Amino acid sequence: MDILSNLALGFQTAATPLNLGYCLIGVFLGTLIGVLPGLGPVATIAMLLPATFGLPPVTALIMLSGIYYGAQYGGSTTAILINLPGESSSVITALDGYAMARKGRAGVALATAAIGSFFAGTVATLLLALAAPPLAQVALKFGPPEYFSLMVLGLSASVVLAHGSLLRALGMIVLGLLLGVVGTDANSAVQRFTFNIPELADGIGFVTVAMGLFGVGEIIRNLENESDRSVFVSKVSSLMPSREDWKRIVGPILRGTALGAALGILPGGGAMLSSFAAYSVEKRISRRSSEFGKGAIEGVAAPESANNAGAQTSFIPMLTLGIPSNPVMALMIGALIIQGIQPGPAVMTQQPALFWGLIVSMWIGNFFLILLNLPLVGMWAKMLTIPYHVLFPGIMVFCAIGVFSLNNTSFDVYLMALFGVLGYVFAKLKCEPAPMLLGFILGPMMEENLRRSLTLSRGDPLIFLRSPISVSMLIIAFLALLLVLLPSFRKTREEAFVDED
Amino acid sequence: MRLSVRNPTDFWSGLLFLTCALAFLWIARNYDFGSPLRMGPGFFPMTLSVVLATIGLATFLRSFAVTGEPIGGFAVKGLLFVTLGTLLFAVLIERAGVVVAVSAITLVSAYASIKFTWKQGVIMALLLSAFCALVFVYGLGVPMPILGNWFVD
Repeated sequence: MDILSNLALGFQTAATPLNLGYCLIGVFLGTLIGVLPGLGPVATIAMLLPATFGLPPVTALIMLSGIYYGAQYGGSTTAILINLPGESSSVITALDGYAMARKGRAGVALATAAIGSFFAGTVATLLLALAAPPLAQVALKFGPPEYFSLMVLGLSASVVLAHGSLLRALGMIVLGLLLGVVGTDANSAVQRFTFNIPELADGIGFVTVAMGLFGVGEIIRNLENESDRSVFVSKVSSLMPSREDWKRIVGPILRGTALGAALGILPGGGAMLSSFAAYSVEKRISRRSSEFGKGAIEGVAAPESANNAGAQTSFIPMLTLGIPSNPVMALMIGALIIQGIQPGPAVMTQQPALFWGLIVSMWIGNFFLILLNLPLVGMWAKMLTIPYHVLFPGIMVFCAIGVFSLNNTSFDVYLMALFGVLGYVFAKLKCEPAPMLLGFILGPMMEENLRRSLTLSRGDPLIFLRSPISVSMLIIAFLALLLVLLPSFRKTREEAFVDED
Repeated sequence: MRLSVRNPTDFWSGLLFLTCALAFLWIARNYDFGSPLRMGPGFFPMTLSVVLATIGLATFLRSFAVTGEPIGGFAVKGLLFVTLGTLLFAVLIERAGVVVAVSAITLVSAYASIKFTWKQGVIMALLLSAFCALVFVYGLGVPMPILGNWFVD
């Protein structure tokens, strides 16, 4: 059994005291930032990235991933207790979770969220272990045209899943691609858009961009309407769901897991889309659909299972193809590159310990999260009382030092300030920064694959239509964009994001 | 019918895209475009700039046709002080050192909040500079001076 020996290798790697320790730190930090509104996984991972340079690659990745899926847990705690989703993926949980808390069933809601997440995390981890090797096999056969089309698909999917106007999201992608071009051209060694600034010769650092857009920009936006956060925290009494509750949550957890796992693989997908889709499915098929929004336990179980499953399976494209499906995965790719590992299908064969260690660590991390979240929920609830005006100067300091320490140059800090302002302007103009960051990461890869494809075909652009894999990815990308223009889909998409802000 | 902006969000983002596209195009004019067979350094950026300009123009024109929501007020104070704090940090970190730079970014950015008080600000600045000096400089070995050459030679 190949898979068993692989998983055994994974356990060996993940269960060393060092890796266990960093896994715990990762999920702890993840829960923390999930609980604290105004600080998301992208900014946190970007901030901590420089601190992981000294760690072995697998340890660094284990910790950074822990932050990502840990944030999904923490976000649900605040959603349930104070109706304030710490993470965008928990927006939907707040609907029924908070209603349950108001009825005095906060404990049951929290337990349901944790049980659902744990189950989903376990299944998704297994799925990742099963699906990744064959997918990487396929990916090894990819040539430049296939990679180029895959990136086109990824970018168009991120448009579909971004909220707001399609046109503006497209604009953000292209702007991101253009910013990715800044730096020395790999082929001709021409300095492009560098204004003769030596710090720009290697391009704009993606951590700087991410921290500016998602860290500083977000802080300015939060300062816009500073209001008192409701400090009314629901009391947590009995945690255990009743027998009746169990009966009601089994179906939603199973369906939520399946849906979340499937949607997480999609480029541009991930946790948020999964939780919304799972909620609407449950609402549609439930016999108690009138109870949704008023404290239906299914409305907590399904989205929480789905967002955790989605968070986990979104690692699949990153690990097998080297293509990020969302900004967090883009940062993971950055972390790999910094560690000297070229992301892509070869990672699995060349770095089996890293690959399988990471997968197993996710399962271990999910287990830690249960321990961290259920018994310690009171402590997390206390964190909620930290006021934002005390919190954000600290975030600013960590962003600034984090960016400075990337290359030990204050130039990056100036650049971060610029992207902070840009991030705020984009937020005001309702232009999503996530597609831009994806474009920014994929820009150089796209150019390189386009160049290689066209060289292969002697300048004939039809090469993208000749390979069946490439052409089908382009067709899917095209259909996805058409889908957004359909009135009925448009309506659902708008509903999906209506509560997001 | 009078021509008027019905969607300020589209209007300004269209303008922003257009400006960026033209700026990229202007700079890229010096780069060799090459041919599809041999893409020059200008091929990809120029093509993208044209695409972005098209998107920007479409967004801009749409703002006159389809009604959309207004942009809403700017958080001028937040924008100003958070940016200023970051810039101060960048200026000070190598010259004045961690303690001064961290205190500056803490105090200046905290000042942007309507709930800012000097007492709280100073306490935060002290705690954060001590923390950063200990963790980042001594702990993680980030090469930042505790006190820069403004204070010690």
